[in-house]
Amino acid sequence: MKLSTNFLKDYVDIDVDVKQLAEDMTRVGNEYDYAGKLINATKLVIGEIVECVDHPDSDHLHLCKVNIGKEILNIVCGAPNARKGIKVIVALDGAELPGKTIKKGIIRGQESNGMLCSIAELGLEHKFLKPEDSAGIAELGQDAKIGEDPIKYLQMDDGVIDFELTANRGDLLSILGMAYEVGAIYDKPVKKVDLEHKESGEDINKQFSIEVKTENCKKLLVKKVGNVKIEESPTFIKNRLIASGIRPINNVVDISNYVMLELGQPLHFYDADRLGNKLVVRMAEEGEKLTTLDNVERTLSAEDIVIADKTHGVGLAGVMGGLETEVEPDTKNIIIESAIFDSVKIRKTSKKILRSEASNRFEKGIDPERTTMAIERACKLLEEYAGGTVVTGTAKYDVTNNKEKEIDITFQDVNDVLGTVIPNKEILEVFRKLGFTYSVKGETIKVTVPTRRLDISIKEDLIEEVSRIYGVDNIQGKLPVVPMRQGSYDKTQREIRNRMIALGLHETLSYILINDKEVNEYTLDEFEPLKLLDPITEDRNTLRYSMITSLYKIYEYNKSREQKDISIFEIGKGFYKKGEVYGEDTKLCALMTGRYSSGLNNFKNVDFYVIKGVVEEILDYLGYNGRYSFIRKEMPKEIHPGQSAYINVNGTDVGIIGKIHPSVTKDDVYVFEINLDELLKKKVGKMKYKEISKYPSINKDIALVVDKNAVSQNIEKVIKSAGGSLLTNIEVFDIYTGIGIGADKKSIAYSLTFSDMKKTLTDEEVNNLMEKIIEATSKKCGAELRK
Amino acid sequence: MESKIEELKKIAEEKIKNIQNSQELQDLKVQLLGKKSEISNLLKGLGSLSPEERPKVGALVNKARTEIEEKIEKAEKKIKEKMLEEKIQKETIDITLPGTKIQRGSKHPVNRVIEEIEDLFVSMGYDVISGPELETDEYCFERLNLPQGHPARDMQDSFYITNEYLLRTQTSAVQARAMVANTEKTPIRMICAGKTYRREDDATHSHQFGQVEGLVIDKKERNVSLADLKGTLEIFVKKLIGKNCELRFRPSYFPFTEPSYEVDVSCFKCGGKGCSLCKQTGWIEVLGAGIVHPNVLKINGYDPEKFGGFAFGTGLERLAMFKYGIPDMRYLYTNDIRFLSQFDRKDEE
Repeated sequence: MKLSTNFLKDYVDIDVDVKQLAEDMTRVGNEYDYAGKLINATKLVIGEIVECVDHPDSDHLHLCKVNIGKEILNIVCGAPNARKGIKVIVALDGAELPGKTIKKGIIRGQESNGMLCSIAELGLEHKFLKPEDSAGIAELGQDAKIGEDPIKYLQMDDGVIDFELTANRGDLLSILGMAYEVGAIYDKPVKKVDLEHKESGEDINKQFSIEVKTENCKKLLVKKVGNVKIEESPTFIKNRLIASGIRPINNVVDISNYVMLELGQPLHFYDADRLGNKLVVRMAEEGEKLTTLDNVERTLSAEDIVIADKTHGVGLAGVMGGLETEVEPDTKNIIIESAIFDSVKIRKTSKKILRSEASNRFEKGIDPERTTMAIERACKLLEEYAGGTVVTGTAKYDVTNNKEKEIDITFQDVNDVLGTVIPNKEILEVFRKLGFTYSVKGETIKVTVPTRRLDISIKEDLIEEVSRIYGVDNIQGKLPVVPMRQGSYDKTQREIRNRMIALGLHETLSYILINDKEVNEYTLDEFEPLKLLDPITEDRNTLRYSMITSLYKIYEYNKSREQKDISIFEIGKGFYKKGEVYGEDTKLCALMTGRYSSGLNNFKNVDFYVIKGVVEEILDYLGYNGRYSFIRKEMPKEIHPGQSAYINVNGTDVGIIGKIHPSVTKDDVYVFEINLDELLKKKVGKMKYKEISKYPSINKDIALVVDKNAVSQNIEKVIKSAGGSLLTNIEVFDIYTGIGIGADKKSIAYSLTFSDMKKTLTDEEVNNLMEKIIEATSKKCGAELRK
Repeated sequence: MESKIEELKKIAEEKIKNIQNSQELQDLKVQLLGKKSEISNLLKGLGSLSPEERPKVGALVNKARTEIEEKIEKAEKKIKEKMLEEKIQKETIDITLPGTKIQRGSKHPVNRVIEEIEDLFVSMGYDVISGPELETDEYCFERLNLPQGHPARDMQDSFYITNEYLLRTQTSAVQARAMVANTEKTPIRMICAGKTYRREDDATHSHQFGQVEGLVIDKKERNVSLADLKGTLEIFVKKLIGKNCELRFRPSYFPFTEPSYEVDVSCFKCGGKGCSLCKQTGWIEVLGAGIVHPNVLKINGYDPEKFGGFAFGTGLERLAMFKYGIPDMRYLYTNDIRFLSQFDRKDEE
């Protein structure tokens, strides 16, 4: 809402700088985008051209002598209409105009001490300019006084504040509403609206009828004004519309907009002679056609409210009038419609067709009193500024509940919620300043809320009013006095995050929305993907299931920026519908490629075992040591089948790990994803001290030659069971293929640790165990001892 | 005899002096003191001496032996020192060469801010809770006093999956969940940070963004008030943005709180004088807050006559941007390694 301060001053007597006013309004909850003058030009003065001759060295410039009162200035001017005797706007040396600063100078050898301005040069928005405003310099009337301020003369010395209002304050979409708000801030009374006009002739109800066929219209008033003369509006009306961002058209159309700005009630004027003698409000037929003011044929739905005459639609209620009954330059008689339409319906229709000043007001709600006030006010202005004669009477339909709300509240209520000790007298002062009436009985205040404040319905709303006007800045902050308690949180995710970071991975933050074509990547799970009903772009139309898709995109982004060492991870969500259940899983996902660590003469590239090490590290850290295994199974097609596995914890697959399939990328990129919700269901015992053996342990290395495709995990199992409880640790320390062993063989070297809690182990005991181990591996795995 | 012993000592001393390394010394030791050495021979020959001479000469020989032993020991020590010295010399390296690069990961700035907020509020007795990102209309809107057709639903244009399910537009949905989940209807102190989604995408809005939400509900008689909210948010802002920040509460409108406020912080860049960051106003909007609307209490099973409290919420990206001086919100979602890896150390206290 753009507020003209001149307009505001019609209703409340204030003398405050426009910036200060904007700040003070902000403090009570009304933010603004812009606060300043309507015309931002400086050092302008009214002058008269007393002499005008052609410039000797130019075919279009003139040399003007301009009387500005104190002196006569030589000014070079290129406007075609510059001539002796006209009153003009002179920008003096040093004047600031939008986009330029005026300086004394020499123009083609002739001295020029300023500039003669056109209206356009004053900085009005383009849409407000008439052709003549930019064709030549402005010609002021002969009543303009030399030496005075031309902006004042043009009645454009106005202030403008562009407010960003909250959705609940529909009452502030009017000058009158603003006046009440400003009045409350500065404790000033609000002046009455002048509705005085004459009425004559046969009562409208005898010549015109109305019918409301829908509950989506709660109030409809119709009046008729005859014999209007369409012409240009008076300057003050034009300028106030411009300051409010509305383009002036003619006096009649301008008055409907002027009243809307003034009182917040949108009006519609019909050319009475093209309308017929009945106005009907009804819901549109599905598919009904209506050509609106902008000459566009609209196809309506049963959700749109339509204004019709006896036969067909003539306007789209609350949004835009119909072309057929538009007020034209030859219009003589006018039917005025002042109504209240359902805000939700208007919002839907206007969202579809056009958001306008009118629809915005209907959406926020209209005070029924204003409906009446506005139609009377329009009659008054049409009588005064369009020479109209108002027809007697009003056609009325009204099912609004026009009663003022009464709310009981105690002084204690206010101070309890605000945490204050505001004296009773000051609380009552707030209500008085706001123009609310009240009565006090003991501790209780009965507050009567004016109908304009549609936003106030419960006592909490009144408490907010007190805090606004009393000033939140005057409330001292403190902390709640409540029993002490321990705050709690599950730090598991944070621990995992910190661990991953300690392992050298960078944490990312990715978007969950992806293209529906990507949603089945990196998974063989059965689920129904979740698609958005109304996506912004097709690239982001579906909720991801696997996070690998997100991380792979991040990898590609970085790769294309010459980054080679990429180790990243993220804890996030994957979404699905499985059966009838909509759900989301928390996942830990990582991607690694390039160098993992580096140093002098020493670096390590990421390979399957590096990323597997990360997974094992996390699982061990979470307490799953000894409870997980890596199982080779069918993999999603984006994963290398030879370098991948399902991560299985206690018999449940909780994730996958593997290299990205060479058909996806030539690079060595490794990923894993673990479903944390699934993993963390597996309970972990308490961390407890275990006795350390007091006796020395014995280490034995063993190298076994096995089939090339043999799996170490299985051999380890055999070794473990053969070694029994005295075998306390197994580590793989070498894999060898090549000369010395068969071509289809490999050698795996294990380092075994034996120890006994109760005694020192003898060589004999250990050697016996070693023999058992060799025998078992030979039998069960076909292993041979490497010589 | 005596002179012979003296002579032996002298020769031994001379030889020890010329020793170069431990091997020579070992050899010399054998030569001088071994079974075949002259000293040993002298001792062996004691038996042929007269009983009077025997102890005298014996003492002399033993003394000489001890003296030689001591000399050898000294020489041994010296040689060891020399060898250590040589070893150290040999092992001395260029300590200005870089250390092995042990890969160090980094924590995303938004998660850094979340952790800081969580820690702060846990220290004040709040519980950290979370809720689903795929939310129902009921929890995201209905239970927050935003019935169907409410104009404020427009302010949060949403990503619906079905008529019922949508991506949550606000972490406030978790407020409703916390109240419903508390079947005993006991006081609540909670904080919740997480991802939220709205149907908008431009330079200053991302369709996915982070929010944090706080809620305190307590018995009416304890009067959890606007003043308490102010005090709480003062602590929050001073911890997250800066000790010298001033707060400004501006009355505003949210359907789930009444009264409602937007909370501005004095511009930390210009100190309130006005600059490009604060758009010349001296203030930066950071939080939305208010007293929990009685309807919200009622809908979620708390009697507004018996309970009251406050709620607040804020965007996480802006906090992260302020804290680390990140100029563009989109950087937080681009995941450029060169960006991420900058956040690889401990935050200053």
